Amino acid sequence: MTSQTQAVVTDADDGSIDPAAQTQGLGKQAGDIVGFSPGQLMWRRFKRDRTGVLSAFVVIFFFAIAILAPVISKLYGKDPYTLYGQNNSDLLNEFGYPVAPNGGVSSSFWFGIEPGLGRDVFTQLLYGIRTSLFISVAVTLATVTTAILLGITSGYLGGRADYFIGRVSDLLLAFPSQLFFVAFMPIVVAIFVDPQDETPTYLRVTALIAVQWFLGWMGLSRILRGQVLSLREREFIEAAKVTGASSWRIVRRELLPNLVTPILVQATFMLPGFVTAEAGLSFLGVGIIEPTPDWGRMFAKGGDIAQNDITYMFFPGIAMVIFIVAFNLLGDSVRDAFDPKSGR
Amino acid sequence: MSKDTTITKADAVPSPRDGASGETLLEVTGLTKHFPIHAGFPIKHKVGAVQAVDGIDLTIHTGESFGLVGESGCGKSTTGRLITRLLEPTGGKISYRGRDITRATRKEMMPVRSEIQMIFQDPYSSLNPRQTVGTIIGGPMEINNINPPGGREQRVRELLETVGLNPEHYNRFPHEFSGGQRQRIGVARALALEPKLIVADEPVSALDVSIQAQVVNLLQKVQAEMGIAFLFIAHDLAIVRHFTQRVAVMYLGKIVEVGDRDSIYNRPRHPYTHALLSAVPEVDIDGEDRERIRLAGDVPSPINPPSGCRFRTRCWKARDVCASEEPPLIQLGGNRDGHLTACHFPEEPTIAAREEDIILDPALAAIEGAAEKTL
Ligand SMILES: Nc1ncnc2c1ncn2[C@@H]1O[C@H](COP(=O)(O)OP(=O)(O)OP(=O)(O)O)[C@@H](O)[C@H]1O
Ligand code: SF4
Ligand SMILES: [Mg+2]
Repeated sequence: MTSQTQAVVTDADDGSIDPAAQTQGLGKQAGDIVGFSPGQLMWRRFKRDRTGVLSAFVVIFFFAIAILAPVISKLYGKDPYTLYGQNNSDLLNEFGYPVAPNGGVSSSFWFGIEPGLGRDVFTQLLYGIRTSLFISVAVTLATVTTAILLGITSGYLGGRADYFIGRVSDLLLAFPSQLFFVAFMPIVVAIFVDPQDETPTYLRVTALIAVQWFLGWMGLSRILRGQVLSLREREFIEAAKVTGASSWRIVRRELLPNLVTPILVQATFMLPGFVTAEAGLSFLGVGIIEPTPDWGRMFAKGGDIAQNDITYMFFPGIAMVIFIVAFNLLGDSVRDAFDPKSGR
Repeated sequence: MSKDTTITKADAVPSPRDGASGETLLEVTGLTKHFPIHAGFPIKHKVGAVQAVDGIDLTIHTGESFGLVGESGCGKSTTGRLITRLLEPTGGKISYRGRDITRATRKEMMPVRSEIQMIFQDPYSSLNPRQTVGTIIGGPMEINNINPPGGREQRVRELLETVGLNPEHYNRFPHEFSGGQRQRIGVARALALEPKLIVADEPVSALDVSIQAQVVNLLQKVQAEMGIAFLFIAHDLAIVRHFTQRVAVMYLGKIVEVGDRDSIYNRPRHPYTHALLSAVPEVDIDGEDRERIRLAGDVPSPINPPSGCRFRTRCWKARDVCASEEPPLIQLGGNRDGHLTACHFPEEPTIAAREEDIILDPALAAIEGAAEKTL
């Protein structure tokens, strides 16, 4: 051990070297000593966190089924649009409820049949998750990009730009967001489509993304502004200036790498929030409408018929709870891994 | 200006470590930096200014190490940051090798950028935690498009070796190093562009005392071997004495005394220099008793500095003229060439003990008086 240590710490100058670096030195004898970047250290800490890893798998599973929904439904042999219950009169009784017990769960309809229209619940849930996650990921990307742009501009330039961006975000933060979404969804849609006409789905999706993005970026933007303000005073920024680095290079090479942590941590906390917000809007009837499958709208329908057919609510509900809990746990683990000092 | 000629002549004084060729590298005249203070509601407006640096002149020659000392808050760092153009001067002129760089933009600075580098005080905040040592040291070459023979990586390894680090630490991250090692990385980064002038702002004051000497020795080696001129900013007079050939003493944004090292340390004239030197723990023990001066009060606010001589509020020789007339920085009779002092009533050029200690702080005087009685 001693000789190994010496191999690493040739500089007798002072102090010890990180123990992690020494272990690494043991592994790689030949050639360069490769140190662990802060990112690699974070990854190692994350891998040790069982809850984190488990939640990561759950989250990945959800994304996987969302992406693979068409493949899965092909293998499964059904789609979310066909009205199986109406085509086959054996499936639904005269009140429109599934004949079979437990909401019609069977080997051919895994999660049962939708009362009334008689669609397949399993594929509806798959595609519903797909719609919701697509929208939430899009909102997260848009929000994070905006927050990075405005937050860094604000913090790095300061002065007028900072003042202006700060006041705009104050104003937007003062909006009651849920109310705003409900009130503005129809307005945004109406801007593009005559109320008499049928609204194309892509437009509703775009509008949903737009309203959530509009009121979603301020939190992260403020966090990033604060971070940039404190980083800007650090001497390594001055060191870069002294060597002649341009502002663009300083933002890209000196600031951004130091902002990855807050961005990732915040994004993992924001995404589940957007999923529930989207579900809420669809539940209220201002989000995605029939016939496009949607996670949130399944709750709306499930709520209407809960007394007679609880099974219809059961699967989307359980899926949503598992997803949100897993994502939040993942967020905690990511934060702990990045910043071990913050504790639990 | 006659002042300039005097300063240039100062090189006739044999310097302890001869490296200075006498050619003027950097010349600063009347350099001023006022930080505006904004306050008010609802519209903020300027209500005053921190006069951090207020009209200083100094000249640094090729290969020379020049010390800048003074109490905390007297504007040393601000001067350093003005010279490296991290701060925009309010007034005055900075010329580098005869070229006016006072208001040069980043693009205009580009040709001389690489020649004026800086070493920072805090080894923990001066290295980007997300970059490898290789990137930190190689970055400056990338920015300035310097392609040394053998490649940048090879050059970085050489630099690591020069500053006493293992070249194989190339891929390591700053968090794996101790303070002293980090400071060496900072030195390597400054050397990467082969500068002609390095502004070192208290490069060792954040380090452990046992490591300070090693880093100072490294700087000394680098200075001597590569002929780099240094503006060495410090408040530790012992280190400055060890490292520099000429020294300027700053007080509240002004230079009050400047001269070659031996003149300043052995034949100081300005009362403030006397006070500073008397506060240094015995540097050379030659049996001789040294004077004792204990100043009263704090440094006045740079927002509203005293009129006339800025030291007058704490000076034991102050008279009316000190409040009304600012003493010019001139060469006093009996001083060596280049030794300039700004004082109406200068002290004797000696640091030997006085008949009576000057203890202006009443509390200190009481304590020391009591101590003497008990002895
Ligand atoms: N960016 C700034 N804005 C306003 N005031 C400033 C700024 N930077 C420095 N000052 C003020 O200018 C004065 C000189 O500061 P400076 O940092 O140059 O002192 P210093 O001699 O380096 O002190 P120290 O030994 O503590 O480092 C101080 O009063 C300080 O408060
Ligand atoms: S000019 Fe007057 S106040 Fe200033 S240092 Fe000299 S004697 Fe003291
Ligand atoms: Mg300072």
